[in-house]
Amino acid sequence: MLEIATKGTKNYWLWIAFLLIVIGAGTVAYLDQFFNGLMITGMSRDVSWGFYIANFTFLVGVAAGGVMVVIPYYLHDYEKFHRITILGEFLAVASLVMCLLFIIVDLGQPVRMLNVLLYPSPKSMLFYDMLVLNGYLFLNIVIGWKVLEAERNQVKPPAWTKPLIYLSIPFAIGIHTVTAYLYCGLPGRGYWLTAILAPRFLASAFAAGPAFLIILCYIIRKFTKFDPGWEAMQTLSKIVCYAVIANLFFFLCEVFVVYYSGIPGHQTHLQYLLFGYHGYNALVPWMWSGFILMAVGAVFLVIPKLRNNYILLPVACAMIFFGAWIDKGMGMIAGGFVPSPLHHVTEYMPTLQEIIITLGVYAAGFLVLTILYKLATQVKEEVGG
Amino acid sequence: MMEKSRRSFLKVAGIAAIGLGAAPAMNFAASDSQGSAAAVKAKNPDALHAERWGMVILVKKINDKIAKQITHACHTQHNVPDFTHEVDTQKFPDTRPVNHNQEIKWIWKEKFHYAFPDKEDEFLNEKFHHLPFMVLCNHCKNAPCVQACPTRATFSREDGIVIMDYHRCIGCRFCMAACPYGSRSFNFRDPQPFIAETDPDFPTRSKGVVEKCNLCAERLAKGEQPHCVEAAEGAIVVGDLEDPASEIRKLLRENYSIRRKQSLGTEPSVYYIV
Repeated sequence: MLEIATKGTKNYWLWIAFLLIVIGAGTVAYLDQFFNGLMITGMSRDVSWGFYIANFTFLVGVAAGGVMVVIPYYLHDYEKFHRITILGEFLAVASLVMCLLFIIVDLGQPVRMLNVLLYPSPKSMLFYDMLVLNGYLFLNIVIGWKVLEAERNQVKPPAWTKPLIYLSIPFAIGIHTVTAYLYCGLPGRGYWLTAILAPRFLASAFAAGPAFLIILCYIIRKFTKFDPGWEAMQTLSKIVCYAVIANLFFFLCEVFVVYYSGIPGHQTHLQYLLFGYHGYNALVPWMWSGFILMAVGAVFLVIPKLRNNYILLPVACAMIFFGAWIDKGMGMIAGGFVPSPLHHVTEYMPTLQEIIITLGVYAAGFLVLTILYKLATQVKEEVGG
Repeated sequence: MMEKSRRSFLKVAGIAAIGLGAAPAMNFAASDSQGSAAAVKAKNPDALHAERWGMVILVKKINDKIAKQITHACHTQHNVPDFTHEVDTQKFPDTRPVNHNQEIKWIWKEKFHYAFPDKEDEFLNEKFHHLPFMVLCNHCKNAPCVQACPTRATFSREDGIVIMDYHRCIGCRFCMAACPYGSRSFNFRDPQPFIAETDPDFPTRSKGVVEKCNLCAERLAKGEQPHCVEAAEGAIVVGDLEDPASEIRKLLRENYSIRRKQSLGTEPSVYYIV
């Protein structure tokens, strides 16, 4: 089936070449980091995780968001999603590839990575995160591939894929829950120490993942003969709408608890993010942009007339996607570290080199996504035509 | 010349590293009555033992000069890089400029409201604002860093010391996020250019690993007091918290003491008497 990816239009190859150039630039920047250490990043003693882990956290959400097409189709036999289920699964694969790459580029000693397997530590949440992320990646590759292959051969998918599909649902919830547990179980970090963190992560995941899927549907419609179906996209947009509203609601719950209780260890982080703290306010415009983007996007999607607008829908989805990226990426990670446990303020901004490495990882993910989507759309075209 | 000195240095560092890495394992074997011949050989009759090591800091006895002495003694003898150190450009020709936010520290002074942010008080006695509070790893009984470490590179010894295996650490920095005291530092870069004189008694670290205070486990094993205790002119006392006859227990009996962020339940082993 992979041979499909070796034949394409001029635009296809131009896009692949562009991605390879970005990957190349990212690799060169990473090699410098590999030999000189994480000193090339904007991270510090106080802010010891940065852009890499921020993007990792966000992309775990995008990967988990794929389950929002799997559940309706496989659990509720919602036929409209038949054509896009594979897109959700392959988006999860590409996102997880990026997640794992982000973890690797964040390690100080990447060559010792396998120590996680050599000395398994069941008390560490990172151990479980590794298990669920790799498990979910494996499940989606196998399921996506087998189901697509069966479709190409116009036969039913093998019976053993069914239990794997059902298993992938708790795994999707699991990857994001465990990723939230990385943060919310740490006693000294007031911004993360909240039971609503995992639900909040899931809500923003179920908004950002399907929102991105809708945008991808537009791109597929433009560049291939395969039509994912306007009705499917409409249903997806409703999912995005309610998920982003849930995410905003959870955030407001957090704001209430933090400000009404007034406990300084919890309040200072939100204060820093929303209004600035002791004159430090680098992230304030980011945070407000993030929440305004999500809120306006939610309004667009909740009003049927606007949601049904073919031009407006991808705009609203892009707003929600970037809003969630800010909220869960930079805001969540840098916000948790500022102020430090000693209430010192060290602000964080990624360096250019850090951004180039990040773009390299994204390009690698998009390369995987392009190839998988190329297979999926081509097979669908063949079968449908 | 340069090549040679680097090689001999690596040799010394390597031997030191092997010694430190083997020490906990050997101590463990030695405490076993079935201990092998090799373990018996390593057992130092002078070694100091405790059921649970702890520290008492007599804050009033510390002034800025003593604070500096303490940090200096600890950092130089543990090969902690000093980013203000002028780099020998002949030995390390391509050293890039430093980011001071990426510094490494094991023990350092903080003002009261930073050391105890939850005890901030607008009517606090003025003199507390100026006292130097030495902060370091608390060697917590319930250490969040030990729980977080995905490779068990950070672990609690039976005697309560929270210690690291620098050769197993993968540099994920989960322990730094987990520590509520900001006691951990990461080697964002190779520390060598910033070590004025390498102390051969202790391993140097490579880039990409986390490090922190080890309560001078290597000195206790030789029957010596930690560097900070020696430099503190009586202001820091280290001893066995579980031994009612120990000096630190006597100090804790006779004085009111505080610990950092007690409410988190990490059970720090470092006490402050103010």
